[in-house]
Amino acid sequence: MEVILIFISAVLVNNFVLSYFLGICPFIGVSDRIESAVSMGFAVTFVLTLSAAITWLINRYILIALNVPFLEYVSYIIVIASLVQFVEMFIRKTSKTLYDALGIYLPLITTNCAILGLALFGALRDYSFIENIVFGIGAGIGFTLALVVMAGIREELDLADVPESLKGAAITLIIAGLLALAFMGFAGLISA
Amino acid sequence: MADTKSGDINTGNKSFSEFIKGFWKENPVLVMLLGMCPTLAVTTSAINGLTMGLAVVFVMTGSSVIVSLVRNIVPKQVRIATFVVIIATFVTMVDLFLKAFLLDLSKALGPFIPLIVVNCIILGRAEAFASRNSVWLSLVDALGVSFGFTVTLVFLGGIREILGMRTFFGMSVLGEGFEPWVIMLLPPGAFITLGFMLGAKNLIDRKMKERKKY
Repeated sequence: MEVILIFISAVLVNNFVLSYFLGICPFIGVSDRIESAVSMGFAVTFVLTLSAAITWLINRYILIALNVPFLEYVSYIIVIASLVQFVEMFIRKTSKTLYDALGIYLPLITTNCAILGLALFGALRDYSFIENIVFGIGAGIGFTLALVVMAGIREELDLADVPESLKGAAITLIIAGLLALAFMGFAGLISA
Repeated sequence: MADTKSGDINTGNKSFSEFIKGFWKENPVLVMLLGMCPTLAVTTSAINGLTMGLAVVFVMTGSSVIVSLVRNIVPKQVRIATFVVIIATFVTMVDLFLKAFLLDLSKALGPFIPLIVVNCIILGRAEAFASRNSVWLSLVDALGVSFGFTVTLVFLGGIREILGMRTFFGMSVLGEGFEPWVIMLLPPGAFITLGFMLGAKNLIDRKMKERKKY
């Protein structure tokens, strides 16, 4: 039951993009077409899930066990950077189609704050191993959801008459604001 | 003799233009759309924006100087990893400092202080500028960009604080008669305010360009 709550909370109620502001850069940069939004979403979900597992192990068996919590940020960022590199090499060797689909989005994930944010939030909330992985999957799916919805709206926006000064990033941010407003409606789901 | 003098003036001018460009022409938030996560997340009040901005000023000047110092020693293949470790070290310093001396602010900013590590402004300037330029120019560039970032954050935080809580840096600005817009303090308020700030900057730029034509 606890696990289901964590999942729904990460996908809808506390959506990483729309209520924690994590992963805004790809959210604005890669949300102009649905196809690229889906690819980016999958790549991020994949890395989020893996890094949720690994950072949990590091936190529990290295940082806490050796009593060196001040190395938290340095060690997380090294793990994430090498993980992304590793995933990229692995996918290139095993599945050419997937590699072509993800393309340039893979290396970009290193500087996606959602990954580091997940590691930090997970450590802060003291989740168990399984809970942390579910949290990672939920956050990834929530990210994908927000990205795809945004891309859908922006494709329609090509036909709309947007004021000259608001074109581009400005109107994207305003739409994101309205989306965040809509997602606030899910807030009642958990407390009920 | 004359040559050295004009050279000095040129470097002076260059440093100044590197410093000033971060505020408007290459403003990291409004033009380059970098570092959006902290910009949106912590600006519920002007003081939070200021703290975040100053933390970034410290991390960015420190890491730019170090990156510039080691730029000829670090092999090309591992430079990004090296930069990230340098940045993470400075972020850890800021985080421990805030926890020790300003606990309330540290709690208000929460995980967004450690998230400075992945702030693309800092890595971006390290890679694009500090790894190619002298220590002095890197320092000036880092100061300009990070203060431009700070000013933008205080501005955004100020708007949200005034409309959402009727105060600015904790001082009452709007009278009791004004009903606070609570939405400004919530995530949607952040997105929408920043969206209109971008729009306003575009509008001013266009008006200035039109005026130049005549």
